[in-house]
Amino acid sequence: MSNLRELYQEVILDHNDNPRNFGECVGANRHAKGDNPLCGDKYVVEAKVDDDDTLSEVCFHGDGCAISKAAASMMTQHVKGLPVDEAEALIEEFRGMLTGDIDPETDSENLDHLKVFKSVSTRPERIKCAVLAWHTLHAALEGKDSISTEGDEDPVEA
Amino acid sequence: MTVDTESRVGNAAQRSWKAIRADFPALDQEVGGSPLSYLDNAASSQSPQSVIDRMTAYQSGEHSNVHRGVHTLSRRATDAFEAAREKVAEFIGAPDPDCCVWTRGATEAINLVRYAWGRANIEAGDEILVTEMEHHSNIVPWQMLCEETGAQLRVLPMTDRGELKLDQLDGLLTDRTKLVGAVHVSNALGTINPVETIIEKAHDRGVPVLIDGCQATPHMDVDVEEMDADFYVFSGHKMNGPTGIGMLYARRDILEEMPPFHGGGEMIRSVTFEESTWADVPQKFEAGTPAILPAIGLGEAASYLTDIGMERIARREADLLEYATGKLEAIEGVRIFGRADRKASVLSFDVDGVHPHDIGTILDDEGVAIRAGHHCTQPVMDRLGIPATARASFAYYNTRVDADRLADAVETVKEIFGR
Repeated sequence: MSNLRELYQEVILDHNDNPRNFGECVGANRHAKGDNPLCGDKYVVEAKVDDDDTLSEVCFHGDGCAISKAAASMMTQHVKGLPVDEAEALIEEFRGMLTGDIDPETDSENLDHLKVFKSVSTRPERIKCAVLAWHTLHAALEGKDSISTEGDEDPVEA
Repeated sequence: MTVDTESRVGNAAQRSWKAIRADFPALDQEVGGSPLSYLDNAASSQSPQSVIDRMTAYQSGEHSNVHRGVHTLSRRATDAFEAAREKVAEFIGAPDPDCCVWTRGATEAINLVRYAWGRANIEAGDEILVTEMEHHSNIVPWQMLCEETGAQLRVLPMTDRGELKLDQLDGLLTDRTKLVGAVHVSNALGTINPVETIIEKAHDRGVPVLIDGCQATPHMDVDVEEMDADFYVFSGHKMNGPTGIGMLYARRDILEEMPPFHGGGEMIRSVTFEESTWADVPQKFEAGTPAILPAIGLGEAASYLTDIGMERIARREADLLEYATGKLEAIEGVRIFGRADRKASVLSFDVDGVHPHDIGTILDDEGVAIRAGHHCTQPVMDRLGIPATARASFAYYNTRVDADRLADAVETVKEIFGR
């Protein structure tokens, strides 16, 4: 049984059918639209950043494949409650794991259950699916209102 | 190197499909621990050993530049290059190899027509009519030309089954229509369009027609002269040749009137700083050193297909399509897109509750290679109200076992997703 099968079985059944923090955030003050034009995956990621720079709410809505939806759902679980700088660091680590720049077993203490996405790194054509929501949250935190996985904003080439 | 064509045709026409499949080294491999079932032929097809060997032989002992050397290798290269043009011209039923221009592929061929013919013939207020099931390559160049000239793009719609609404064609052909573009076989839905009828109706009003033959040349007998196409374009890699080569066929009088596309070497008769004059067709449209090696490979691919026989290939693929359609139809939750009466071996589908990209990834894990996405036909996806489809496309070298493995892998998708 391949790692990819494990990824699907472990996260798809759960997060694809019951995505967490799915819908619009009450009181959100950061919003961005993320678009993966190659796949047609489209999500809006919203967050509420408190005065002490903590992400007290993170949620998403939109449509896409199971990998993109599960990655978005698990992202909201992992970044909710984090200070913005720690959330940004986690976004970097998640992206690094998928592009192969970071070994989640030795180079990270924060990826935790997100390590299940490591198997996506063996499928270059699906990396952008997994990264999309994370890339969109990063854009929202930087004050951008939309982001694409292609062109100048390509998160894999960056 | 002479080959007895008679005996070759005789042998190939009798060879078993098993023996023919064994000609394709790429098919004999495992992917992820499973045997490969290559069902992405509409995107690109595999080459038989004879095509690979012909290219190796050329590059090993015949290569030089064409049309200019006074030495032996240049003569060999030119002979092989022009022999390939003749073979491919004959393959599509072109009346004269001089009407056949080498291009990088169908996309470049369409863009050649856009720049050379379009700029000279299309002006503000004119209309270009395309069908709703065109590949982006037969939409975008015309949109760009319309933008540039002030012409309008019009669309012949299709039904839910994926058949063109021909009853609307007469109304859409007006005095302003200057070109019709139509796909011979839809890459997204498999529909075989009645191009002869479209051409006849357009010609009744004096309108030339460009046919995109990318999915037709690998699967059926094509005769551009009989169908009376003004322009016919296709790509080599979809018909067992290499990438980087394709062709524009056009009526000779049209080619002779058209101004050149690219300027440079090979396409001129004489050059001074004051003015240059153009070579005869087809060289007028072939500036620079051409893709000699891929052209020779495509020539060999055309011979290979001809030896098996396009009618035999079409019958084989019709059988595979019918069998695979039956297998997928039997699976609950599978929807098939493209239900035209006349269809090539393209099977577009989805699985209830599963995104096509996830289908594609899981199938790949099982060794079944398909395409998932919009297939460069976003208007078709919009028309059907879906973001994408999974698409299995069969070639004659596929087997019923490939169709069985496709169906089994789709069951695995359902199992993983708990559907």
